[in-house]
Amino acid sequence: MSAPTLERPAPDEAALQEQFDATVSAEHRIEPRDWMPEGYRKTLVRQIAQHAHSEIIGMQPEGDWLLAAPSLRRKAILLAKVQDEAGHGLYLYSAAETLGADRADLTDKLIEGRQKYSSIFNYPTLTYADVGVIGWFVDGAAICNQVPLCRSSYGPYARAMIRICKEESFHQRQGYELLMTMVRGTDEQRAMVQDAVDRWWWPSLMMFGPPDDDSPNSAQSMAWGIKRHSNDELRQRYVDMSVPQAEVLGVTLPDPELTYDEASGHYRFGAIDWSEFKRVISGDGPMNAVRIARRRAARDDNAWVREAATAYARKHAS
Amino acid sequence: MAHEETVYEALDHAHSDEGHWAFGTGFDEPLAGVDTTVPEGVDPADLGEYCLMLGDDALVLAQRLTQWITNAPELEEEVAIGNIALDLLGQARLLLARAGSVGVLGRSRERATESIPDEDALAYFRDPDEFRCTALVEAENGDFAHTMLRLLAAATVRLAVLARLRESRDPVLAAIAAKGVNELTYHRDHAARWVLRLGDGTEESHRRAQAGAEAVWPLLADVFSATPTEQRLAAGGIAVDPAEVRGEVHAVLTEVLGRATLTVPGWPADAPPRGRLGEHGPELAELLDELQGLAREHPAATW
Repeated sequence: MSAPTLERPAPDEAALQEQFDATVSAEHRIEPRDWMPEGYRKTLVRQIAQHAHSEIIGMQPEGDWLLAAPSLRRKAILLAKVQDEAGHGLYLYSAAETLGADRADLTDKLIEGRQKYSSIFNYPTLTYADVGVIGWFVDGAAICNQVPLCRSSYGPYARAMIRICKEESFHQRQGYELLMTMVRGTDEQRAMVQDAVDRWWWPSLMMFGPPDDDSPNSAQSMAWGIKRHSNDELRQRYVDMSVPQAEVLGVTLPDPELTYDEASGHYRFGAIDWSEFKRVISGDGPMNAVRIARRRAARDDNAWVREAATAYARKHAS
Repeated sequence: MAHEETVYEALDHAHSDEGHWAFGTGFDEPLAGVDTTVPEGVDPADLGEYCLMLGDDALVLAQRLTQWITNAPELEEEVAIGNIALDLLGQARLLLARAGSVGVLGRSRERATESIPDEDALAYFRDPDEFRCTALVEAENGDFAHTMLRLLAAATVRLAVLARLRESRDPVLAAIAAKGVNELTYHRDHAARWVLRLGDGTEESHRRAQAGAEAVWPLLADVFSATPTEQRLAAGGIAVDPAEVRGEVHAVLTEVLGRATLTVPGWPADAPPRGRLGEHGPELAELLDELQGLAREHPAATW
């Protein structure tokens, strides 16, 4: 008996491209088994991997305070948050794997500096107020960046983003609540909060990436439905959201040019030091080496554990 | 106000987002409707002391496990270890709050200001000699195999104790134990699975797991020796005499190690209690320095 033939004639690429374009423009989702242009796949893998790496490296700055958190309640909140970030990393690496990538390989690329992560995590956390400011600024900026991605044209990424955004918004409120508690505390605590705001504000503005006129891949990503708003639009949204929150908290954002523009209904802000951004993203920030060294040690020092798990699974596979 | 929240108040809104997250894992109001008065015939000082023993074990082991966060072998393990540490931290908070509520605060209130809740006064403002944990949880982590063997031993002991404590005459301890049993069943299972994989994995993992077992077994020496406080409370149906769980712990550990193709180390002879009476090695002082440093720098602060 001969096996039924499964091979079908390859549909021509133009027809596939047409179908893909129609799916994207109708705001429907592309799923892992659908045909997709190679550039779309590569760009998505890069974007999702970079996001996953940011979650995992992002565990470190706050994780540095886990052992010293100043109350058991704060310790539990912080531990749950850092654990969520590990979970986000897992979802995102899994989303990247639906595109044919491999988690271990992506991790190697991170460690070897061949893939990037958000430059914000290359700054040190000097006081406990930094934990609150990271929640308020960094998670706040992440939310502005990521909420639109819940409508990403790639299904697995869009679905991961919905859950991640819910948790990020929770983290942002927790961070803000910590700061609110601290500003109602001692003079030292208020000073810590202002100092942390001074240090994190500008790096948080850089989280949205280079200005639109210097963002080469944006147009294609917008057409593909994997980027929905420009860097500058999102940055403006973040500033507009943050200024009133800073007023309620009673802190000063470190920008003398920050003013409300009645005509446009937006806050105007000073020039961002893009040379700092470029320096930090290319590896020369205060904590780049430390972050990567820790990730490398977790991989290398525990390689024997993963080997053992693999060997055990092989022995007991039957 | 949020910053004045105590562990008991947090339980009231455990179903809202904040209450849930403050404890990290699903928190089903274990003390809702539980009578918190001290049962008749029980010395509150004894009861509080016993809560410190169980609470300090959980707190110190949670801190040890947290040392793995961002350093674990796999991301799945970051999540799992985080979960276990959060469970233990939750148990510690309930037990320390209970000790405080019956008036056992040691010297902590000499340093902690009024605004600091009892659980934090006890966790952050006691010195090592006032801690009541055993050497089994204090010892350093070592490598991942060592950590999992210690977790296996500690979770097996704690599960056996809490399973019996569900019958305590003190409704608060009984409620905390009932919640803890579910959590510890998972902790023990997680550790046992790793011991199997490592023991029966590669030559290297087998060697490391065996070394872990050899390092952990001697720490069981004083785990089954009751202090006078535990003896009094056990006689009154409040506490569990740890000697009662020795057989079960021995049987479970022997079975897991056997299946993991590891040699069961010699069982240590019973030694008189040390940690339970406040005698600790330098590793506890070091752990507490890190845990307490920031809170002690700002004794008038609320967080």
